[in-house]
Amino acid sequence: MASWAMLLAGQACAQDPRDPIEGFNRAVFAFNEGLDTFLIRPLAQGYDAVLPGPVRTGVGNFYNNIGDLFVSVNSLLQGKPGDAVGDASRFVFNSTFGIAGIFDVASEMGIEKHDEDFGQTLGRWGAGPGPYLVLPVYGPRNVRDAAGLVLDASTDPVGGIDHVPTRNTLTALRLVNQRANLLPADKIIEEAALDKYSYLRDAYLQRRQSLVFDGRPPREPEAE
Amino acid sequence: MKRLFAILAGLLSVTLATAQDMAPDVLVRSVSNDVLEIVRKDKDIQSGNLRKAVELAEAKVLPHFDFPHMTRLAVAKDWRKATPEQQKILVDEFRTLLVRTYSKAFVEYRNQAINFKPFKMQPGDTDVLVRTVVNPSSPNPVQIDYNLDMTEQGWKVYDIAVGGVSLVTNYRSSFAQEVSAGGIDGLIGSLRAKNKSGDGTVAAKR
Repeated sequence: MASWAMLLAGQACAQDPRDPIEGFNRAVFAFNEGLDTFLIRPLAQGYDAVLPGPVRTGVGNFYNNIGDLFVSVNSLLQGKPGDAVGDASRFVFNSTFGIAGIFDVASEMGIEKHDEDFGQTLGRWGAGPGPYLVLPVYGPRNVRDAAGLVLDASTDPVGGIDHVPTRNTLTALRLVNQRANLLPADKIIEEAALDKYSYLRDAYLQRRQSLVFDGRPPREPEAE
Repeated sequence: MKRLFAILAGLLSVTLATAQDMAPDVLVRSVSNDVLEIVRKDKDIQSGNLRKAVELAEAKVLPHFDFPHMTRLAVAKDWRKATPEQQKILVDEFRTLLVRTYSKAFVEYRNQAINFKPFKMQPGDTDVLVRTVVNPSSPNPVQIDYNLDMTEQGWKVYDIAVGGVSLVTNYRSSFAQEVSAGGIDGLIGSLRAKNKSGDGTVAAKR
């Protein structure tokens, strides 16, 4: 009921130029929220309650380690060879000494972890963000990051596993683990947001802008 | 006796003066370290006592924040539409919302280490950025940046960005949405309703 009122309100008032299909996005957002409330969050809560902290950290490290290989490729594509070497050596050390990535020995050795993906690479190359999109299940994206997501997914080693049950298990575990890591943020967002949809949209857009500029985006002019 | 008071008054003004003259990076560092130290020792805050967390924030953190400036940034172009009385109410309500939200964050994120990035400042600068990383050597470090500007009461924080997301300007579009739907009073009404909705339930949830 409330979401329908919001949908109408969204169409009645001035459109945000970054979000031209707000009505559609709000509908997908409501679907994702339902999926999260009834399926994904309960799974994540169970996972969080059952597994001891070090095991969860190990699972997170395992996926982060696979990710580092692609972080390295993207660092290289963004013209940061120094970072690329660091990321690749993280993958080598963690895959071997860190037993298939379960232990993040590279961070303990002081090799910094970076956050790069194909969406950021496209941004680095000068592609604009394009309109805001909410994808089913995947959630907030902009057009640039949706394009990056296709590249990320097509090169993802987990997606390339031929044995279907193994692939599905690894994919589901990754999702649940990621969701569990976000559980502490839930309450803060509920507390902070007047309208959860636009709060998360703006946070997403700011976050991606910041990542493209490696944490130093140009500051928006003050509208005063 | 009079002399004693004079000395005490003198001492007081000296300590106040040092807080005002403190360089912005030193200020952020000393406040962060104080707060971490207290949270580390306080079992009540660790077990989720929100009222104590708010008290800690009120005593240690909030005196260094410039809430009128924050509110102005969040309300942005609609700020000039508000009368001085409305502006005052907006500042109060926005302050309440931010304090409640982030005192909660104190409770959720404890046992953290903070790394302060090298700080550069030119003489005469009145607007600076202090950059920190929380849990720097973990697989999930979080970047937290503080914008400060020089006021008559010394350096004050007017924006905080977590992982590149400004906690202040992130409200811009929802605020603009409220104003275009119900005017400044509509925004005030929504903020009040939001602030009321959490009263009591916060403690009861735990």
